[in-house]
Amino acid sequence: MHDKELIKELQRKALLIRKYVIDSVYRAGSGHPGGSLSIADILSCLYFHEMRHDPKNPRWPDRDRLVLSKGHAAPALYAALAMSGYFPVEELKNLRKTGHFLQGHPCMLKVPGVDMSTGSLGQGLSVGIGMAIAGKLDEKDYRVFVILGDGEMDEGQVWEAAASASHHSLDNLIAILDRNGLQIDGHTEEILNLEPMQWRWRAFGWDVIEIDGHNIEEILDALHEADKNDKPTLIMAYTIKGKGVSFMEGSLSFHGKPPSDEQYLKAMSELNQAEEELNG
Amino acid sequence: MVSAKITDKMRNLRDGYSSALIKLGYENENIVVLDADLALSTKTKRFGTIFPDRFFDCGISEANMMGMAAGLATCGKIAFASSFAVFATGRCYDQIRQSIAYPQLNVKIVATHAGISVGGDGASHQMLEDMALMRALPNMRVIAPADATEVEDVIPKIASEPGPFYVRMGRADAPVIFVRHNKFKIGKAKLLRRGSDVTIISTGTMTAEALKAYDLLKKEGIEARVIHMPTVKPIDKKAVIKAARETGLIITCEEHSVIGGLGGAVSRAMSEEPVPMRRIGVNDVFGESGDAMELVKKYGLSADNIAKNAKDMLKKKKE
Repeated sequence: MHDKELIKELQRKALLIRKYVIDSVYRAGSGHPGGSLSIADILSCLYFHEMRHDPKNPRWPDRDRLVLSKGHAAPALYAALAMSGYFPVEELKNLRKTGHFLQGHPCMLKVPGVDMSTGSLGQGLSVGIGMAIAGKLDEKDYRVFVILGDGEMDEGQVWEAAASASHHSLDNLIAILDRNGLQIDGHTEEILNLEPMQWRWRAFGWDVIEIDGHNIEEILDALHEADKNDKPTLIMAYTIKGKGVSFMEGSLSFHGKPPSDEQYLKAMSELNQAEEELNG
Repeated sequence: MVSAKITDKMRNLRDGYSSALIKLGYENENIVVLDADLALSTKTKRFGTIFPDRFFDCGISEANMMGMAAGLATCGKIAFASSFAVFATGRCYDQIRQSIAYPQLNVKIVATHAGISVGGDGASHQMLEDMALMRALPNMRVIAPADATEVEDVIPKIASEPGPFYVRMGRADAPVIFVRHNKFKIGKAKLLRRGSDVTIISTGTMTAEALKAYDLLKKEGIEARVIHMPTVKPIDKKAVIKAARETGLIITCEEHSVIGGLGGAVSRAMSEEPVPMRRIGVNDVFGESGDAMELVKKYGLSADNIAKNAKDMLKKKKE
């Protein structure tokens, strides 16, 4: 059992991430709200509870690392980083704008707190392996988190990496699969069947924990349990694309499309209402 | 001028690579080496035998290897990633682009078995576009050493210089042309012969052929300038322009496609002050199986073809 206040606080933070996602993508006029909203609860648990990091020292060698392999969810990552204090939250308004540093996809050279540049799908887990091996070589106890999309499971490199991580017994590597079931062209199972997904990972030598990726308690429990395993762990987080905004939930069209003026107001009012309900 | 001559001693560039890696391994514990199931051929295995904890044979998965190298580099490691040139660049171009060049990570891609002289394996393994691919990437620097001695100068230099590099070597043994070690200067041409009738600019092991071409031309009273250009990117623009001004004729030589490699870099460098130029390289075709030296001759990558082109250019100039 987790502290009720903690859970409430992480839910609040997740809602705030969602509001920043909607606001920044709306202002940018482009971006990926659906897959950003689906990982808001996971990012909240990681950045505001689970991860060891220091926003004042983004390159701290002992910090836990996070690789957002599904780099198009950058708006959610940027929100979590800004809320953590890596840069002012006002900067979120300048997402994707010429001359500003918040690139459409994460760029480690420009954005403090971004541990790896991503955007081309399928590459993040390999990078996470390199980071995890470096941790072992240097006898450091940091952990490496990699957030994967289920669409990018189509990429062959993910499976090269899956084999490699278990081969090297990387118990300091935790992958979180955002299993929202949608990719640009349709349902993941219709485009390229991925099931039985958890058994694929188990067959590659991973421990798999299945959770509801919007349930803070389940996320915290899974991260805690992953810590105790001696194999790399995949947390299979079943999520809803567009979670938190009624007309974006389960919607294909909001994979890479910003809300219109009207939709923006509706989305913000829904999230504000959720916030009020949470605060009781 | 840098002292260089064709010696009787043949050495494989890969031996230079492995000896340099091992030396570095003893000096710096942040050196890590990755390979993709070609560790015996690239000779990185020798490093792996001595430093097993810092050597990672990734299996036949070049894309994953490049990502791992990138991840290691984010944590302060100096990662050398090796495979055959065809796999180390073409197979994982996007991984190099996205995970190494864009974030400017400290990964040194050192490829072997580049060029037509791979021989028997044929076109599938004869990489002729690697320099073009790597040159096109921002932040990437491209080096093709001439012999094993130069490889031993290049490897510690790129290890000490942050950011990504691409180094290419062939498979075959090559004559030692640099008897002594020199401190390697990235982006600096090496003037090997001072002539003023025509300039031969070469890279990689083609420089040995350029030196032989110099001798052939000298017998006919032609004084060629020979410039070895180990760094194809960033190219030594000053040396190119100076040679163009002083000799008026340029020939580039590389065991690579005439598109996008040394020839491309040199013509770009002198585009504001152009002089007649010829590119000796593989002429936009795939290779084929055969004996290495026979292929080199067949595809016009030998000293006699360089000399022939030089004479032809001089003749046309006089007309």
